[in-house]
Amino acid sequence: MFDDFFIRALIAGIGIAFVTGPLGCFVVWRRLSYFGDTLSHSALLGVTMAYTFDLNIAISVFLISSVIALILIQLQKKTNLPGDALLGLLAHSSLAVGLVVIGFLTFIRFDIMGLLFGDILAVTTDDLLVIWTGGALILIVLKLIWKPLLASTVNYELAEAEGLNPDRAKAIFTILMAAVIAISIKMVGLLLITGMLIIPAAMARNISDSPQKMVLFSIIGGLLSVILGLYSSLEFNTSSGPSIIAAALILFILSLFKIKQSIKLKN
Amino acid sequence: MNSNNNILVKLNNAGFRQSEKWLVEGVSLTVEKGKIVTLIGPNGSGKSTTAKIALGIYKNIEGTVEKYTTKVGYVPQKISIDWTLPIRVYDFMLLTETIEDSAIDEALSLTGVIHLKNKNLGSLSGGEFQRVLIARAISKKPELLVLDEPVQGVDYTGEIALYELIKKISDTLNCGILLISHDLHMVMKATDHVVCLNGHVCCSGSPIDVAKNNEYKALFGEKASQILTTYEHKHDHVHSDEGEIKKN
Repeated sequence: MFDDFFIRALIAGIGIAFVTGPLGCFVVWRRLSYFGDTLSHSALLGVTMAYTFDLNIAISVFLISSVIALILIQLQKKTNLPGDALLGLLAHSSLAVGLVVIGFLTFIRFDIMGLLFGDILAVTTDDLLVIWTGGALILIVLKLIWKPLLASTVNYELAEAEGLNPDRAKAIFTILMAAVIAISIKMVGLLLITGMLIIPAAMARNISDSPQKMVLFSIIGGLLSVILGLYSSLEFNTSSGPSIIAAALILFILSLFKIKQSIKLKN
Repeated sequence: MNSNNNILVKLNNAGFRQSEKWLVEGVSLTVEKGKIVTLIGPNGSGKSTTAKIALGIYKNIEGTVEKYTTKVGYVPQKISIDWTLPIRVYDFMLLTETIEDSAIDEALSLTGVIHLKNKNLGSLSGGEFQRVLIARAISKKPELLVLDEPVQGVDYTGEIALYELIKKISDTLNCGILLISHDLHMVMKATDHVVCLNGHVCCSGSPIDVAKNNEYKALFGEKASQILTTYEHKHDHVHSDEGEIKKN
């Protein structure tokens, strides 16, 4: 059954949607979309490292993204630059360095488009294993830090005062972000991963009244985007990443009508 | 030994400095089970800072904080909630601890906002939100309750009812309360110990002692002192009536 590349891509995409759904909600709530961009841009460096030293791409990307996150935290402490400037600095310089390194690695043929926008043909059976075990681990850890993370998202001082250790939850969440980027890079592409995190969550925000519901709708939205996106990718021979994100955008637009309706009902 | 067991939090000569400026320094106080300690002082005198030191929110402090409980309820003075998060009053009640539905209903009823249980937190008025904050803090049945101007924005009659509720909670739950309040009537009525701050402890003791203190008079003026002493007089009078408690 895993012989068919399309089935593999579908199973990979479904696994990814289960993880990006809940993580994407926290990205929206905590205003981390540029942070997500920075981590995913740095993933290119991770990919070149994987090719150079013959490592697993997901593991290599995870390591590089974690290092970039650590550097960011250090820069935030040691400089007076605003957060968005630091994020931009790291995002573009790591993307640039990654592309320069690719230029030097002339002995390897890179599919740059595939790296940037995702490639359903690239998903191997090994990747499925990485996505599903990695994804399950991410969700288990997220479940464990759910309470402190949510409480500190609402109000940091409340969480700290009532003994929930929000700093630890935040650090763990940063690692989870690096991990979700690592497992979804092949499928969605490094330029569009943040879209996969944010757009289904934004769609869910329009139709939810509680954090749990928003997570649920975000997962459903992600799943629908992956399925619709992959079928249209196959049908129209487009890159997988843009097709998935475009499907997610359509769902978001549909969710806007729901808002209009509920506003009408209130009036 | 026995009295030691009642201590919930103890500040020894505690202070906090932010970018070379002392927000508050040299504060020593103890909150015990069943007692209400009130912090008073002008704006910027370090009341909220002292509360945050006691709660462990500020980490790099001078002096020491000994904390003997982890069951803490906190009503912060300022709370900014980001409304990108869809959250109902019900979800907010469960924010830091899993509590049974009956306890949630009870707390919301006590503060008079049970009808808002399924409302979105962002749609509440300032006073309503303040009642929800208090309900959340008491619903977890804490051992230590830290209330930073808990009735701000609440209408006058509600204010009195909420203060009475706080006093009742202190008695029934036997929890210690660290209260920041501007309401000197309230300070007089229920407080066991008053700490008057002005960047440092300017005086402390029982409400009546503090009222008579000259530094207190200098800080708050003669009128404020009269409020406290007048109240104390009425207080004596009410107690001389056998068993009957009159409200003024």
